[in-house]
Amino acid sequence: MNDAMISTLEQRFAGTSSSEFRGQMRVVLRREHVFAALMWLKDAQGFDLLVDVTCVDYLNYRGAADRFGVVYLIANTETSQRLTVRVFLGEDDLTLPSVVSLWKGADWLEREVYDMFGIIFTNHGDLRRILMPDEFTAFPLRKDYPLQGRGERHNFPVLSRDRS
Amino acid sequence: MPLAVADNRDLAHDESQDFVWTLNFGPQHPATHTTLRIVMKLEGERVIDAMPDIGYLHSGFEKIGEHLDYNQYVTVTDRMNYISPLANNIAWHGAVEKLLGIEVTARCKYTRVILAELARISDHLVCNGAMGLDTGAFTFFLYAFNQREVLYDIFETLCGARFTNSYTRVGGASQDFTPLVIEKIRAFLRNFPKTLDDMDRLLKRNRIFHDRTKGVGILTREEATGRSCTGPVARASGVTRDLRKDEPYLAYADFDFQVPCMKTGDCFARYWVRMEEMRESLKIVAQALDNLPGGPINVGIDERTALPDKRQVYQTIEGLISHFELTMTNRGFTVPCEETYAATEAPNGELGFYLVGDGSDRAYRARCRPPSFVHFAVFPHLIRGHTLSDVVAVLGSLNIIAAELDR
Repeated sequence: MNDAMISTLEQRFAGTSSSEFRGQMRVVLRREHVFAALMWLKDAQGFDLLVDVTCVDYLNYRGAADRFGVVYLIANTETSQRLTVRVFLGEDDLTLPSVVSLWKGADWLEREVYDMFGIIFTNHGDLRRILMPDEFTAFPLRKDYPLQGRGERHNFPVLSRDRS
Repeated sequence: MPLAVADNRDLAHDESQDFVWTLNFGPQHPATHTTLRIVMKLEGERVIDAMPDIGYLHSGFEKIGEHLDYNQYVTVTDRMNYISPLANNIAWHGAVEKLLGIEVTARCKYTRVILAELARISDHLVCNGAMGLDTGAFTFFLYAFNQREVLYDIFETLCGARFTNSYTRVGGASQDFTPLVIEKIRAFLRNFPKTLDDMDRLLKRNRIFHDRTKGVGILTREEATGRSCTGPVARASGVTRDLRKDEPYLAYADFDFQVPCMKTGDCFARYWVRMEEMRESLKIVAQALDNLPGGPINVGIDERTALPDKRQVYQTIEGLISHFELTMTNRGFTVPCEETYAATEAPNGELGFYLVGDGSDRAYRARCRPPSFVHFAVFPHLIRGHTLSDVVAVLGSLNIIAAELDR
């Protein structure tokens, strides 16, 4: 079933490639196919659980062509099948269609990816920062952001006891 | 999120909704147990909307994961879900071992199963105990915390730390089980069912508890999977998925246990599923202790992943070389330039790590899939239409741990 599904996926959505590592099936989709392919996987293949949405910044990663890779981990709660769907984004265009309309659980997960990497999910509806403060300007999990920060704390307003 | 933002979002300028009242709940409130904040719209005592505001405990754990090596980072995972740190340790090193392609020894698998189940019991004790506390059952909470203390005593005997165990290592563990640890676990297995029955009797037919939790915060089956819920929260709504059964990792395939599920999906169902899961965990621990395999707990020195014990280091050349290579920064493990995701059934739900290796001894990306984060996103949906006093019951039943929520 798994192989048939992967080959159908490759036929339907041109430019899809698949690989396997340690028993884990992974597909790489082209950006324009992401929403349609995930919708097909959810509706026709029963992947009803969106386990996680995350992102990897491939800055200076060996052999990486694009800067970012957004990862969707999906699972089928009936058959316990899992699939890792990846899509690569170059630095020139960091937008992706949101999958909140497919899985409501994507809401906060996509907000976190936006907060940490600056990937814009279109049609999300409520794409705000979630962990960092609203006035924060950088994207801290990008590889060009240093571990110790750039002193954003100095810009925070300090409230003293008598002024608060 | 400043209050002004919440005010402006939808309702404030609508004059027909002048009666709506904005209430700030947290970030410091006894019933949130941890640092999280909810801005609620109230109509009288009824909550018509809730906007969670998180990030108060954000400490960049995933960023730190890119700068610590695979063994060091286990100390950070302790601090994620700090009421069951052993479960996080096991999830982290399970993921690392999958990336590195290490098969741990049979004894290590069994000890990890035992500890994961004990961690599940301690997590559920705190969660259910705190839920009882929030709904007015103080005695219940004390019963739970008393037994948790016994568990922490076991962990202390095992690895010297009560809270932040940092027990696992790549390819093994920091300590092997001693006869004293096994003795203490057996004593716990003998004594705990009685306490569990007592706890059960305290709330099972308690009118107040039933009124506070039954029919409150209902999550349907479709909503549970659609909103990515896993673990006890999903199983209380009729989802039967349990990674221990469906994707048996470690040695879970060897044990006979049931997966408790409920269909109602309310706070009481979540409480009940956790209570029953503790009994199943006891069954697993008892079976694992009876069949605990002998042999080493770490993988062999030929695999060059786990530090050899001191006797080997001092008396054999292989042990010395292995120890040297593992402690030098430019040697250590061979890590593939690959990506894996490995998940475990943590007490709270699916706890997984998405790891990207780049050949060095540090992860290129160490993403944690936190169950609390996903479950807290469901909270506004669950509380809408209920009263303000139900907030604590729903929060308690979701078991939100802010350190894991914000990481």
